[in-house]
Amino acid sequence: MPGQLLALRRSSTGSGDADVFTGFMVNAWTVGSIVALVAGLVGFFTVLRGSAFAAHAIPNGSFAGAAGAVLIGVNTLIGLGAFAFLGALGIGVLGRRGRPDVATALTLVAMLATGALFLSLSNEYAPEVYSLLFGEILGVSTSQLAPTIALAILSAAAMILFYRPLMLSSLLPDVAEARGIPAFRMQLAFLAVVALATTMTVPVVGTLLIFSLMIGPPAAARSFTDKPHHAMALSVLIALLTVWAAIALSYQTNYPVGFYVGTISAAVYAIGRGYGAWKRHATSVGVPPAARGARGKRGLDWNAG
Amino acid sequence: MILNGAVAREEQLLSVDRVSVSLAGREVLREVSFVIGPGEFTGLIGANGAGKTTLFRVILGLQAPDHGRVLVAGQPRSRRNPQIGYVPQKFLLDPDTPLRTRDLVALGIDAHRFGVAMPSRARRARVEEMLDAVDARGFADQRVGNLSGGEQQRVLIAHALIARPRLLLLDEPLANLDLRSGHEVVTLLARIAAEQQVAILISAHDMNPLLAAMDHIVYLAAGRAASGTTDEVVRTPVLSALYGHHVDVLRVHGRVLVVAGAAGELAETSDPSHTQTQVEIIS
Amino acid sequence: MTGVLAALIAPGFFSSQPVQIAATVGAIVALVAGAVGVFTVLRGQSFAGEALGDIGTTGESGAFLIGVGALWGLAAISVAAAAVMELIGIQRPRGRDLATGIVLGASLGLAALFLYLYNVDQSASGATFTILFGSPFALASSTIPLVIAFAALALTLIAVLFRPLLLCSLSPELAAARGIPVRAIGAAYLLALAVTVALAASTIGTILSTALIVGPAATALRLTRSPGKAVIVAAAIGIGAMWLGILLAYDSYNWPPQQHGWPVSFFVVTLILAGYLLAGLAQFRGRRARARSAAGVASLEHRVG
Repeated sequence: MPGQLLALRRSSTGSGDADVFTGFMVNAWTVGSIVALVAGLVGFFTVLRGSAFAAHAIPNGSFAGAAGAVLIGVNTLIGLGAFAFLGALGIGVLGRRGRPDVATALTLVAMLATGALFLSLSNEYAPEVYSLLFGEILGVSTSQLAPTIALAILSAAAMILFYRPLMLSSLLPDVAEARGIPAFRMQLAFLAVVALATTMTVPVVGTLLIFSLMIGPPAAARSFTDKPHHAMALSVLIALLTVWAAIALSYQTNYPVGFYVGTISAAVYAIGRGYGAWKRHATSVGVPPAARGARGKRGLDWNAG
Repeated sequence: MILNGAVAREEQLLSVDRVSVSLAGREVLREVSFVIGPGEFTGLIGANGAGKTTLFRVILGLQAPDHGRVLVAGQPRSRRNPQIGYVPQKFLLDPDTPLRTRDLVALGIDAHRFGVAMPSRARRARVEEMLDAVDARGFADQRVGNLSGGEQQRVLIAHALIARPRLLLLDEPLANLDLRSGHEVVTLLARIAAEQQVAILISAHDMNPLLAAMDHIVYLAAGRAASGTTDEVVRTPVLSALYGHHVDVLRVHGRVLVVAGAAGELAETSDPSHTQTQVEIIS
Repeated sequence: MTGVLAALIAPGFFSSQPVQIAATVGAIVALVAGAVGVFTVLRGQSFAGEALGDIGTTGESGAFLIGVGALWGLAAISVAAAAVMELIGIQRPRGRDLATGIVLGASLGLAALFLYLYNVDQSASGATFTILFGSPFALASSTIPLVIAFAALALTLIAVLFRPLLLCSLSPELAAARGIPVRAIGAAYLLALAVTVALAASTIGTILSTALIVGPAATALRLTRSPGKAVIVAAAIGIGAMWLGILLAYDSYNWPPQQHGWPVSFFVVTLILAGYLLAGLAQFRGRRARARSAAGVASLEHRVG
């Protein structure tokens, strides 16, 4: 598949830049934009909840499901989905009483080891491994478009639906619990949405892409705004710009899209942190030391920080 | 043992009725009973480990008592009770979190509802009103991760208060505050109780900062509680009966000191300069 | 008695050279992983452990293409990645996981580029594949001295840093107050982790690398409060799981359906997971049976180790 695409691209570069928006590229732009939208929304909460590891573990563990699907002869998407949700369940349940990072690591290796077993039980490699990992967004077929869009709408809608209770549960879990918002259920709901977003995107853009987009852009967005709504919108915007730049650059240079997404995400993260550090330095430099710990007219606050 | 006389059942905002809780084989609360009426300021006093947090969990419906029950305005406690607001001691949010003070307060209005809140003038006005009530205007647009301990307390109070509860539960708000911030918080709470007729139940291991504001006290020791007015409860015979061994109640310059004998557990002292002394001060 | 043993242990087990090598190397790796793992769990850096494995192996597939030996290439890349993570320099666990994720995303992106540039075609994605799923057990006995050297390096680092590292991991503020250079200690730990991961991933694969670092240590910490004891218990659990896993894999050689045995990683991971869950059960029961001290519950939030 990649070889054919390379040939396609090489033969069409002679006709000018207009081709970047035609033919198979339309699908790439469409899918890329949808993925960026979902990644921005889900990523906002992923970063808020400190669930970067889970956002990596669920898509990577779902690989095993693809192998299992091959083994029993069903659609890989079903296998991916089943294991993504199993991963979400494992992380949620194990993480309830144990350390969350341990729960995530053990769930991930359990899934991967099961995948290893599936592979050894069948004679074939799981299909399109390269694309599951690094994605083949430029090779998205029109038939993949409809289910991807449908699942994307579902994921985005779920994230919007859970916005308020998930916000409170993520920020003040005790208070949320007292208000009748159970922390455990919110965790499961959140991880389930991550699983849903994963299932939908891994077949088209690969785990690397969805993971990077769920981490980098939202992390950068927090540096640029204090307001939660704006941070969520900015996450989506930065994710969109990242994907568009990656597709455009990949079309131009023939380097993989995943390379650009990974590095651009890291770059925006770095820019965000740099800006944040600069802003902190700038605001504290202009304020006299005695009042630096104070807010408003409070005077010296012995308990600053 | 309830010492605060007869308050008519219907007026009781909160009624804790012979609540007993055992955790991990240890009896934490034993037949704890007290009532709180509207607008009252009550201090829940006890050393660390005395069961204050457990009692709060029972009142908030997070822990089922082994025996006894909790009634809120005459009705048994349900899973989500909007009449009770909870204010934790502090929160752990880093300065990267994109959330301002006013956003956290606004979240208190209806966080339990699904979806995103539609901004409206009414919401904005309500948030402004709360920010004024807790004197948080000065840092309303600051990120919550940058706030000091005292500022955090006030934001959490505003967050709970904006939902218009009838009872506010505060979990050791003074524990991490310096004396001055603590005093400000207590004054604020007393004002809220009086002006908005919101009952306050505040837990602490040192009753002294609360003496001026408290109407009633619930004193927890050895798993049991004595409740009533401060003058009724904080007396040598009452507390000795509660502890099960002799304690002396001393009043020194308006401060109250509860002094145990040589035997007995070392408990937290409110004054950190008193580290190891012969006399355990449990004020 | 001999009848039972004969049933449990397939013939030729103890005399098989691959088994002997695997058992030796596996035990050494499990020992190191247990020691490093205790600190990994205490510091909540399981993600770093897992990510370094992914980065190292996918990067190493690139290094291998330009002719560097597997273990050295892996080690160099792991250490480099760890250095970048450390340079980003975030001390809070959530921020640290975010930085880990960013480095992971960028590294995988670079790996994608590498694979493309060296004209790796689809069949070589099998290499990517075995890296993620496989447990390369075809080890030559000549690797053992190098394995011991790397293991010794990691263990020495941990042993030398034991006390300050412990304090830094449990209470960074207290450590800083005592004049311990918290950041330097953290960097040294990360170095030890990178070396351990390189060692483990190149010999027994990334799945087992993560599993052996996180699982036995987390189990040990559920069973004992003393970190010193936890290191010993973790090593014991890791070695036991490895040996039993090897045995079961050997026994499974004639099992259906493929007649070439089930993967070692599957057995070892299952055993480790089972151990973790059983320890959790024992911990739960132990708490209920014992009378608790007057320490009580400090906050409304239930977070158990």
